[in-house]
Amino acid sequence: MAKSVLLISRQAPWAGIAAAEALDIALAAGAFDLPLSILFMDDGVLQLLDQQQPLALEQKDLSANLQALPMFGIEQLYVAQHCLTERGLAESPLAIAAERLDDQQIQQLIRAHDYVVTL
Amino acid sequence: MKFVISVLSPSTAPSTRRALRFAQAALAAGHEIVRVFFYQDGVLSASNNIVVAQDQQNITQQWQTFITENQLDAVVCIAAALRRGVLDQTEAQRYGREAANLAEGYQLSGLGQLHDGLQQAERFISFGGE
Repeated sequence: MAKSVLLISRQAPWAGIAAAEALDIALAAGAFDLPLSILFMDDGVLQLLDQQQPLALEQKDLSANLQALPMFGIEQLYVAQHCLTERGLAESPLAIAAERLDDQQIQQLIRAHDYVVTL
Repeated sequence: MKFVISVLSPSTAPSTRRALRFAQAALAAGHEIVRVFFYQDGVLSASNNIVVAQDQQNITQQWQTFITENQLDAVVCIAAALRRGVLDQTEAQRYGREAANLAEGYQLSGLGQLHDGLQQAERFISFGGE
């Protein structure tokens, strides 16, 4: 059985290329049909916000890549609730359907995967 | 134990030195390094154009020597490398650039090589992630 990866994406969408490069790891796993889940944490939760306008920063729209994840077979998407709350986004609608996890559930999620890759 | 080691920080970062020390210790303790994967700013360690003052530690050179001497599988993410100016001969020709600067012992390849390494390995350790 293929070993599973939990990708923890912690960078804001427009703070350089880091968030996009994290997402590329997920898309590559999907292309090879390998099991990968994504947990959005810290500033990474900002990637999930609706109504972003990357063109104002002359950036490519990262959310298009996020929307493509299910097409690549990456359907296990999670977000750390406490990181949303810390940023005043506890009730904000998310552009991507990610399951909200409390700290205990995050521990379980980490334990349930063979590898954790944090970017 | 079979390890995949990833280096994400530039050659000037302390984590790049720590990654090398970890890799050396792993081999010394009899472990196997399935692959070293250079991604994000870590691709800069694969450039042979880095010049360091004589009285400073040349971690790039040490990484390159370590990889060559131990014949390690050292893969540099091609997309991350191209956008940071690390090119092999093929890519330099493809994009009409004057020089190739990928150091000996490294190869440019895709992120699939990271996943392939993880499937073969038992442990993954990453240096320089934020």
